[in-house]
Amino acid sequence: MQGIIDLHHDIFFFLILILVFVSRILVRALWHFHYQKNPIPQRIVHGTTIEILRTIFPSIIPMFIAIPSFALLYSMDEVVVDPAITIKAIGHQWYRTYEYSDYNSSDEQSLTFDSYTIPEDDLELGQSRLLEVDNRVVVPAKTHLRILVTSADVPHSWAVPSLGVKCDAVPGRLNQISISVQREGVYYGEGSLTYGFQAWREAKGLDFTYDQISGQQ
Amino acid sequence: MADIDLKTAPADFRFPTTNQTRHCFTRYIEFHRCIAAKGEESGDCEKFAKYYRSLCPGEWVDKWNEQRESGNFPGPL
Repeated sequence: MQGIIDLHHDIFFFLILILVFVSRILVRALWHFHYQKNPIPQRIVHGTTIEILRTIFPSIIPMFIAIPSFALLYSMDEVVVDPAITIKAIGHQWYRTYEYSDYNSSDEQSLTFDSYTIPEDDLELGQSRLLEVDNRVVVPAKTHLRILVTSADVPHSWAVPSLGVKCDAVPGRLNQISISVQREGVYYGEGSLTYGFQAWREAKGLDFTYDQISGQQ
Repeated sequence: MADIDLKTAPADFRFPTTNQTRHCFTRYIEFHRCIAAKGEESGDCEKFAKYYRSLCPGEWVDKWNEQRESGNFPGPL
């Protein structure tokens, strides 16, 4: 997520540069195009130097944007550190199942639960509509997590925008996301549905608390 | 604050990409081949068991167990 924020700062710098430059030229041209102040508009049709510059310069700017962008794109795929915890997020119609099976002693699941979005009628004051869930996913902060996303029925999507992650949940396929959350708190996510005639926004609430596993707050 | 040792299936260099379906399937097969080679009670295979349980959704494991029992499992056991 920090990489995404840094890339945004990089690109935004060039955006502002271009915005200011183009607006200045536009405003200046309009300002001087006055029938009394400048009755004879100049007709310039050639200008080799400026034409070369205005071709080369705009092709260099996207290069400055592309380099950090591709660097981030490929670095996001690399898993440098072994994850400490694996959580499986399985999409159903229309709820999520989360499995924590790192400590199973046999094939039955040790920790599985379903997570439903709280319907509007049951919301308490202050809770977010379509984002609150009955059972949140609790994970330790400052730990490398591996989230494996799949689906049991139709394609879903699992996303937590404040962590900069989105991953498609496809039946029969296990997609991996690496996350490391630096700050404790509650993070909300949404699922965007790609199948079905109604657009449902599924909600995922994730709770990150330091040392949650040991029971200390 | 207790120091808890968190361990899960490590990142496998054979499966570096986002799609980990084959990783889960391979670990499951490795476990059963280990059992076939070393015997049911051998403790050496426990490592593979932990890995496939961490990675594979419970439904998939149940389905594969059923397929194995009925002799339908589509993999090189």
